[in-house]
This record gives sequence, structure tokens and C-alpha cells, in this order.
Amino acid sequence: MPLSFYLGLSLIMFVLGALGVLLRHNAIVIFMSLELMFNAANLAFIAFSAYHQVVTGQLFVFFVMAVAASEVAVGLALIVVIFRTKRTINIDQLNTLKG
Amino acid sequence: MSINDAAATNPIYQLVPWIILLPAIGVLFNMLLGNFLSELIVGLVACLASASSFVVSVLMANALANDPQAVRVHLMDWISVGNLNVDWNFRVDTLSVLMMLVVSGVGTLIHIYATGYMHHDVRHQGDRRRYTRFFVFFNLFIVAMMVLVSADNYLMLFVGWEGVGLCSYLLIGFWFEKGEQGLGNAKAAKKAFVVNRVGDFGLLLALFFIFWWFGSFDFDVVMNNAADADPIVLTAITLFMLLGVTGKSAQLPLHVWLPDAMAGPTPVSALIHAATMVTAGVYLIARSAALYMSIPQVQSIVIVIGAATALFAAMIAVGQNDIKKVLAYSTISQLGFMIVAVGLGAFSAGMFHLVTHAFFKALLFLAAGSVILGMKSGSAHDHQPEANHSDTIDPQDMRNMGGLRKQMPVTFWVYLIGGLSLAGIPPLAGFFSKDEILSAAGSRSTLLLGVLLAATFLTAFYIARQVLLVFFGTPRSEDASQAKESSLIITFPLIILAILSVVAGILNSPGNHTLDDWLESSIPQNLTVEFMLPIAIISLFIILTGLLLGWTMYGRKSEPSSSTVDPLSGMLGSLYGGLKHAWWVDELYHAVFVRPYQILARFLAQTIDLALLDGIINGLAQFIGKSSRFFARLQNGYVRTYVLTLFVGMTLIVTYLVFQ
Amino acid sequence: MQIILFSFLAILIIVSAFGMLFSKNAIYSAIFLVMNFVIVAILYLTLGAPFIAFTQITVYAGAIMVLFLFIIMLLGAERLPEAEVLRFHRIFAILGALLFIGATGFLLFWLSGSWDALPSPTSEFASPEVIGITLFSEYLLPFLIIAFILLAAAVGAILLTRGNNTPQIESIQNDEE
Repeated sequence: MPLSFYLGLSLIMFVLGALGVLLRHNAIVIFMSLELMFNAANLAFIAFSAYHQVVTGQLFVFFVMAVAASEVAVGLALIVVIFRTKRTINIDQLNTLKG
Repeated sequence: MSINDAAATNPIYQLVPWIILLPAIGVLFNMLLGNFLSELIVGLVACLASASSFVVSVLMANALANDPQAVRVHLMDWISVGNLNVDWNFRVDTLSVLMMLVVSGVGTLIHIYATGYMHHDVRHQGDRRRYTRFFVFFNLFIVAMMVLVSADNYLMLFVGWEGVGLCSYLLIGFWFEKGEQGLGNAKAAKKAFVVNRVGDFGLLLALFFIFWWFGSFDFDVVMNNAADADPIVLTAITLFMLLGVTGKSAQLPLHVWLPDAMAGPTPVSALIHAATMVTAGVYLIARSAALYMSIPQVQSIVIVIGAATALFAAMIAVGQNDIKKVLAYSTISQLGFMIVAVGLGAFSAGMFHLVTHAFFKALLFLAAGSVILGMKSGSAHDHQPEANHSDTIDPQDMRNMGGLRKQMPVTFWVYLIGGLSLAGIPPLAGFFSKDEILSAAGSRSTLLLGVLLAATFLTAFYIARQVLLVFFGTPRSEDASQAKESSLIITFPLIILAILSVVAGILNSPGNHTLDDWLESSIPQNLTVEFMLPIAIISLFIILTGLLLGWTMYGRKSEPSSSTVDPLSGMLGSLYGGLKHAWWVDELYHAVFVRPYQILARFLAQTIDLALLDGIINGLAQFIGKSSRFFARLQNGYVRTYVLTLFVGMTLIVTYLVFQ
Repeated sequence: MQIILFSFLAILIIVSAFGMLFSKNAIYSAIFLVMNFVIVAILYLTLGAPFIAFTQITVYAGAIMVLFLFIIMLLGAERLPEAEVLRFHRIFAILGALLFIGATGFLLFWLSGSWDALPSPTSEFASPEVIGITLFSEYLLPFLIIAFILLAAAVGAILLTRGNNTPQIESIQNDEE
């Protein structure tokens, strides 16, 4: 299995996640697309780690997962707080920074 | 001709800077303190400043009488740039001291007169605070004129030249809010300044040529090397200088400012526009004698201009009704005589006429001022609480005068003396000076003599007309009949000037060449003129004919009303209209020069400046505004837009890196 | 054989990603994402990363997605009205994505070394034992920092959502009297 196949898959997952961030306007779905992007990066790490037969890549994935988890916690807390004031999580409604 | 530095000679020459400093102190004193002091103190300080300047001039003359060698007194270094070294030096030689004496002497008399005249004038015009300002300007004029005549190089002379031009502007427009439509005086002042400027342009070009060829502005350097100079350069220098002279001395074609300058108060007309400033042109040519004598072709042009002006202005003076305008055109005409004299090389004849003319013309102007004051006081006298007195008549219009010799006897007699001196009746001063010029002209060309004799005839005629209209017959208006003689402070200078107009002839009367000898050390190229009896007799005959003609036309029948048609118009018909309107020269200049310039200025201001340039600037500003509003739409507040921007940017960077 | 397995898994991954992307219902998106995570974990197994594979299922699919589902239910945000305000947004996004794929794909397929085959997945270079040893010896510091990050996240989440109402202790005492 050539390495490039795995990297190509990772690339497609990443782009799909990016499109999700750009095109959806439910804030939670955007977060989920963000997780997809993280996953794509993890896949790339694992592939390289298997290619070079080194364990470093997998350890890095471990750390990425931990950080992603904490980030999701804080991000969802923020969404909850925003929902309390604006009663909506459509991010198009969050446009008060317009200038 | 060599010049001594002051250090080597009589130490009294060191006093000469005071001819400028004393009037300057007068200026500063009156400028700073004048408004807090009484009119008496202000006038006294101004007269003392002028008088002390005269005293210093007398001391200089005294010293020169013993040793007529020219002296240079160095005051300060002025410009020292590269090859150009110009210092502020005073030149004490017979020519400059002659001018200094005339300027300060006649100037002091006019200052004394003005203290009395302006006292009445500011009350008639209604602004008593202007008194101080008048004397500040008057003393400033003395300063500038002294700078002009005492200069040792052309550049200092030019400084004085410009200075008197400025003072002329300030003083003509003294009552700046008055005149026709509230603008007339200001416009007259502006016209004087602008026309002078045209002349100054010529003088500046002459100065440039002088420096370019001779390498220095000093009179000595230029005069000593004048004879060897290239004729083309000499022509350029003298012709451009002539342009400056026509501007300052009101010759054709730049004479148009002098009649309008009569808008200023009468002492101004007397001092500046009769005795001193307008003679600066004659002085300049006399000073540049070496240059002009080296190029006879330009001398011919000078003569032509002078003679044409003399006749032209004398003609116009015949048709004027304003008492001061007659005298203005008379000044232009007499200056023409002086220019002819210096053009012929008879510099001492020209200077002689300059001196006598200063006396009798100042006298005539001051006496005219006395007449005007009398008319105004007559009008104030019968302007008692009468509400139905409609309009005030012009106190300067001769058609409103008449019979004043009974009400103002002193004025009448001095005016008569001045008028006869102007006409050239012996043994008054004017006869001798004018005769010298006629003799010089006669020895050169009969045509020239003919022109000058015609001007002499007209001179006699118009002055007779004026004296008869003003002082004889019956008063033609209420104001004239109520006129009173002026006070002593006004009549005293008149008397002094009348005496001078009588006796000044001995300066250069036939057989007594005082002035010729006096000027010899300054102008070695001077051509002395011998008294020619035939010419004297012919001119006397012509003068008497003119006087008689005036008497027949104006003197015998009294004119009961001011609206009676002038008998001259009956005789000359349409020519009279031309005389009255000064041959429409002003209108011609207006159409040819002023209107196109105004159109051009309007075009540049509106089409180019307003529409184009402002349009570009405002358009640029609007463009910035529009583009910034366009770009402001990028900040629409939507997070997704920002993310998109990030993403696209990242993509582009990656693309760039990949394909590098 | 390996290719068939890989392509099958890859197709499933892509399909579930598309499903997550285009679902109108947020719950459906979450389920699709869970499916995506699980398939990716299987892929990890074929790549010789058993520890990471199970960690992925446990943490990602088990904890994070559950958290997502809780929040969706809490906010009632499963369905939102469709309202596309920005006009050219979609076009630019898709164009940008295609460009990105093009550029990176170009990079991948023209680089030497990327066509090498991966070794078989049965080698023991990344067994849990090895991971444990490496984690606690070489990467001890990042490990401890991760602990702090998790602590900060937990505290942060609690602080953010606490709001202004702190529990009143006096009310309990009032109840007792």
C-alpha cells in the first residue's frame, strides 16, 4: 500500500472537514467538522509512523487527541454560554463584529 | 572721475547717514507713540525729522563747496555672494547733494504745510485718527527718497526707487475707503503701483545687464567703463533704463498713473508727484550720463519721448476741469521738458529745470490745496442745519470756483507767481530754466524746438485758463462765495515757495553759471548751454500770446453758472472731447491689456483652479472614500467569511510553495 | 488483498464524511462522524497502531461525540432553518477546496518516496508496551503538560458555564430550621 494512498485519504478527509467548517452554519456541526480535520491529521501521523517504523508519530497522535478533547470541552462550553444570550447557535447571527 | 573714501577727507561727511536715520527715527516715533500724542507733537516731530535732514544736507553742500571731490561714506556691508559685492554706501557728490537739498528742503516746507492741511482734511473726511498715519508715511517717503539720491550703486538706488513707489502707493490710497464707489482711491493707488512696476521691470533688466557686463553695480565702475562698452549692451541697458524712467517720471507710454494719483491728499501730490519722486527718473538719467552719452541713438529716443510727452500732456491739460488734474498733466509736460534736456546731454539744464519746477509746481499744488480747503470750508459754512441741501459739489472742479481772489488774496498772489513762473515769464525762475532747455533744443534741431515751443504756448494757455477760472470773475457756486483764506501754517510755506520761485533763476542765469560749475564734478559729460537771445525772445512772444489768448477766452466775460459750456469746446468741437478724455489712452490700455488679463485670470481661476485642480483633489478624496467603503464590506462580521479568507489564503500559500 | 481492504475502508470513510457534511439534522451528522471515527480506528489497526486505535474509539467516539450529543440535545439544535446569506461563499469555498486538493495532490504524487509500500502491519514497533515505555521516559514532560491542559479545560468549562448564580448555603440552613 503506497504511502501516498494514505496521505491522499488524509487530504480528502481534511478538505471535507474544511468544507464543513466553511459551509455549515450550525455551530456544533462546525465543531464536528473540526474534529474531522483533526482526524485527518492523525491519520497522516500514523501513516508516517508506520512508514518509518518509529513510535513517535503515534505518541503525537495521543497528545493530539488529548488536546482535542480539552478543546472540545471548552468550545462547547462557549457555545452553551452564547446560546444563553442569543438563543441561537447559527453562526450567521453572531455578526456583531461587523465594521 | 575718482572718488575719495570718507576717511581721507573732511570728517563732516560722516554725518551723511543721518539724512536717512533722522526721518527714520521720525517714522518709528510716530508709528509707536503717535496715536497717544496730540496732533501738534506728531506734526512737530515729522517736520523736525525732515528739517534736520535738510540741515545735514546743507552741511554736506557746504563741505562740497570747499572741495567738490565726490566722497563715499561706507555704512555697512550688505550683499557678498560670489562675484556680487554690494555695500550700503552713501555718495556725497554735487549731483546727489543737489537732489538731497531739493528733497529735504521742499519736503520740509510741505511737511509744515501738511500739518495744517491734514488737520482740516481729516475733519472733512471724518476720520481724525488718520493724522498720525499720514506723517508716518510722509517721513517714510523722505527716507526712501534719500536712499535713492544718496546711493552709491545702482542696487541701492533701486531699493530707494522701490521704496518711493511703495510710499506713493500708501499715500495715494490714503483715504482708501473713499473715492468713487468706495474703491476709487484704492484703484488709483493700485494703478500707480502696477504701472510703476512695468517701469521697474525695465529698470531691473537694465541692472541685470549692467552687472553682466560691468561686473559691478557701483556708479564709478560703470561710468568709468561706459565708453568702452559694447554698443548693443549699452543700447539694452539704456533702453530698459528708459522704460523705468518713463514709469517713474510718467512719460509716454506709462504716464497714465499720474492723473489718477491726484486721488491722494494735496500735500502728497505736491511732494511726491511734483517735486521729488517723479524727478527720480531725470536724476537716474543724469546719474547715468556716461552711459547715455556713449550711445547717441538711444539719446534720440529719449528726446523723442520727452518732446512727445511734453506736447501730448500740455494738450490734455487744456481740456481738464479738475484743478489738480490740470497741474498733474502740467507736471507730466514739464517732466517731458526735463527728459528732453537730459536726452540732449544738457544735464545741468535738466537739473536746473528740475529745481525750479520743484519750487513752482509744489507751490501751485499747495496753493491749489489751499483753494480746495477754502471751497470745503465754504461748503461747511453754508451747510448749517439745512436738511434740504441735496448733494455736495466737487470742491476741486474749477467750474464751481471763480472770483476767489477777493476771498483768498494770499493764495491768489502766490498762485499767480507760481503760474507765471511755470509759463516762463522773466525774471521768474521758470523763464531761465525753460529757456536753457529751449536753447539746447534749438541748437540741435528746429523741429524739436518747434514742438517744445508749441508745448510752451499750451503751457501758458492752460495756466492762464486755470488762474482766470479759479480766481477771476464771479463765484459760480455757494461754496466759492463762502470760501475763506487758509490759516498761516498753510500760507507760510506758500510764501516761502513763492519767493524761491522768483529768485531761483539766479542759479544758472545767463552769465552766472553757478549750477553748471556745481555739477561739473559729478557729470563731466555735461553740455553747457549758452543763452541764445533769439530763442528767448521768440519764446517770450509765444508765452505772451498764450496768456493773451487765455485772457480773451476766459477772462473778459464772467461766467455766471458752472454749467456754461467751456468756450474751448465751441472752438475745437470734437477735438475738445479728445483733450478732456486724455485721448482715451486709459481706455485703450484697459481694452488691450487689462481686459485680456482679467479674462485670463478668470479662466485660470475658475476653469483650471476651481474645476480642474480642485476637481482632481476632491475627486481623489472621494475616490478614497468610495474605495474604503468598498473595502469596509469585507468586515461583515460573519465568522464564516473570515474562515474562508483564512482557508483560501492558506491554499494559495501552499500552492505557491508546492509549485516553486 | 490489502488494497481491497484499504479501498473498502477508504470508501466508507469518505461516505461517512460526506454524510456528516450534508445532513440537515445535527444528530445524523454526529452519528455519521462516530461511524467515521470507528472506521478510521480500524484503519489504524491495519497500520500497526493498536493502542491508538482503541484510544480513538474510547476517547473520540466514546467521550467527545457523547459530549457533542449531550450539547445538541441540551440546546435543541438538531434542526436549523436554512438561510444562506453570503452570496459567493459556496463557490469560493468549493473552488478553494479544489485548488487545495489539486496542489497538495500534485505534491504527493510527484514526490519520490511516496510510492513506497508500507511494511506489514504485524510488526511490533508500536505495541502498548513500547508506547508506555516511550511515553514515560522520553515524552514525560509533554505528558505532564497534557495533564495540566486537561485540568485547565475542565476548570474552564465549569467557569464558563457557571454564570452568576452561585449556590446559596444559607438556604440549606433555613430549611433545617
